[in-house]
Amino acid sequence: MYALADCFRLKRQNGSDMDDNKIKNRIEHAVFICIILVLGLFTQNTYYLQIMTFIGINTLLALGLNMLIGYAGQISLGHAAFYGIGAYTTAILSGTFGISPWLSLLCAIGVAVLIAFVVGLPTLRLSGYYLGMGTLGFGMIVNILFREWSSVTGGSSGFVGIPVLEAGKVSFMSGQNYFFLVWGVVLGAILMCRRILASRMGRALRSIHDGEKASLAVGVNTHYLKLQIFMFSASLGAVAGFLYAHFVLFISPESFGFMVSVKMVTMVVIGGMASVWGALLGASLLTLLPEVLHGFAEYEMIVFGLILMVVMIFMPQGLTRGFLDMYEKARKKRQ
Amino acid sequence: MISPEPGHNNKPILAVSSLTKMFGGVKAQDNISFSIQPGIVCGLIGPNGAGKTTLFNLITGIYSPDEGQVVFNGKDTRKMTVDQRVRAGIARTFQHVELFGSMTLLENVLVGMHVRTRSGFWGAVTRLPWVIREEKEAVEKAEALLEFTGLMDYAHHPAGDLPVGRQKTAEIARALASDPLLLLLDEPAAGLNAVETEALGKLIEQVKKRGVTMMLVEHDMSLAMGICDKMIVLDQGSKLAEGTPREIQNNEAVMAAYLGQG
Repeated sequence: MYALADCFRLKRQNGSDMDDNKIKNRIEHAVFICIILVLGLFTQNTYYLQIMTFIGINTLLALGLNMLIGYAGQISLGHAAFYGIGAYTTAILSGTFGISPWLSLLCAIGVAVLIAFVVGLPTLRLSGYYLGMGTLGFGMIVNILFREWSSVTGGSSGFVGIPVLEAGKVSFMSGQNYFFLVWGVVLGAILMCRRILASRMGRALRSIHDGEKASLAVGVNTHYLKLQIFMFSASLGAVAGFLYAHFVLFISPESFGFMVSVKMVTMVVIGGMASVWGALLGASLLTLLPEVLHGFAEYEMIVFGLILMVVMIFMPQGLTRGFLDMYEKARKKRQ
Repeated sequence: MISPEPGHNNKPILAVSSLTKMFGGVKAQDNISFSIQPGIVCGLIGPNGAGKTTLFNLITGIYSPDEGQVVFNGKDTRKMTVDQRVRAGIARTFQHVELFGSMTLLENVLVGMHVRTRSGFWGAVTRLPWVIREEKEAVEKAEALLEFTGLMDYAHHPAGDLPVGRQKTAEIARALASDPLLLLLDEPAAGLNAVETEALGKLIEQVKKRGVTMMLVEHDMSLAMGICDKMIVLDQGSKLAEGTPREIQNNEAVMAAYLGQG
């Protein structure tokens, strides 16, 4: 009898556990949407709106890379290539050939996913440093292509003449509209990532991170799964590139170089690997810092390096996990 | 559930013939042949370095043999990848616990069900009715398995936080989640105390009643003698003896290998 009662209680507890999680997620999303609405509606300063739009674009990059680094445990040092592929594909298709930008968005995603498949098939068999080197080389090759194929990409002087996005009567010329477009996409991407992580695929992915040997042994096709996530993160990179191109309306190879790849990895690491909100935090910090440190532009890299070192020493799990741990500790002390 | 009669007249679930595996110049497996009938528990014993874990790795497909073949359930496994073998019905546990530490126990068992479920990227993103149904059924099945192994209380705990004994049991639960026909247990009693070892023996009996054939590497002789229907003794990569626990106990070659020549 007691056992049965215990069992029942346990079931209910578990049930409420699950519901708690659902409610928590809903609250997080609601808070996120509210913040976006408030920031978007009440910010008059175009400079601030612009910065926040860039934060959104970088968040997309960090989200995609976070799935790869934080969850699948794979490093990519050439992810700016997909960002660039997204930007250049839409620039060329809509700018040079006059195709509707929305159609060129689909093409950009398609091209990025296809290239990720071709590159990932052999590279993801590598691991650790070798994978880093492989993706690094890939990023460099793509960047050289942007620079040297000047008849198509405009070369190092850049690509001019990217059309402004329009949807029916709505023009995304205004800073506010673009802000909402970008953050709407970010919200969609966050929901998508969370759905993936909560699914069979996400569990398999997290299992690779915890122990690849065991996940192989239980029958997870780890290579295929890594490839899928690589393709997914490439597609998010391409979407970010698309949004970037139609926002600044002028792109050049520097925006997609090696340093950008490193910056993307830094966002993920600082924000906290394996955390959706960590990607947002990392992207915000690394977009804001250069603006704040405008006066010391020469020392920017030094400050970046220092911050990365300090975070790695004191909060190796990243800021999100680090702050959460601090909060938990403080709460336990109070009790 | 009807378990196949242990012993004879059945087609073997696993047939290993002339299996040889070299590491450098060392023969880790030297011309090993044996077969296992469905429904039995087969013990695999031998001194350290005898090649027991290597044999498991050859059966599960982590290594590929230099010579010989492994026929599982009538099919040659030569061209099968690790995950295809799991799909075909071979599951295993590890000598040193290899749970997914940051994931809950329930999630661990759900990952164990990976080959029996099919939703992928688009399923995750769209959450169509069939995906939700599949997920619900998977959770129910996982909970039933945790109930079966007595771990339901820990379902929502991170697996890495559990004591070693529970983790060992959890690995068995995760392995059972793939509905295996053959379960390979690599030293399931290592690190367990006497009470836990006894419980493990009972659990293995329960699993046997479900019709799962088992092979286990075990150093705890009293446990192995108690639960095994058959034993295979390896020494330095070769098969030394094969037979019932009683036969093995009285085998002179085995005595020599264990106690030293003399």
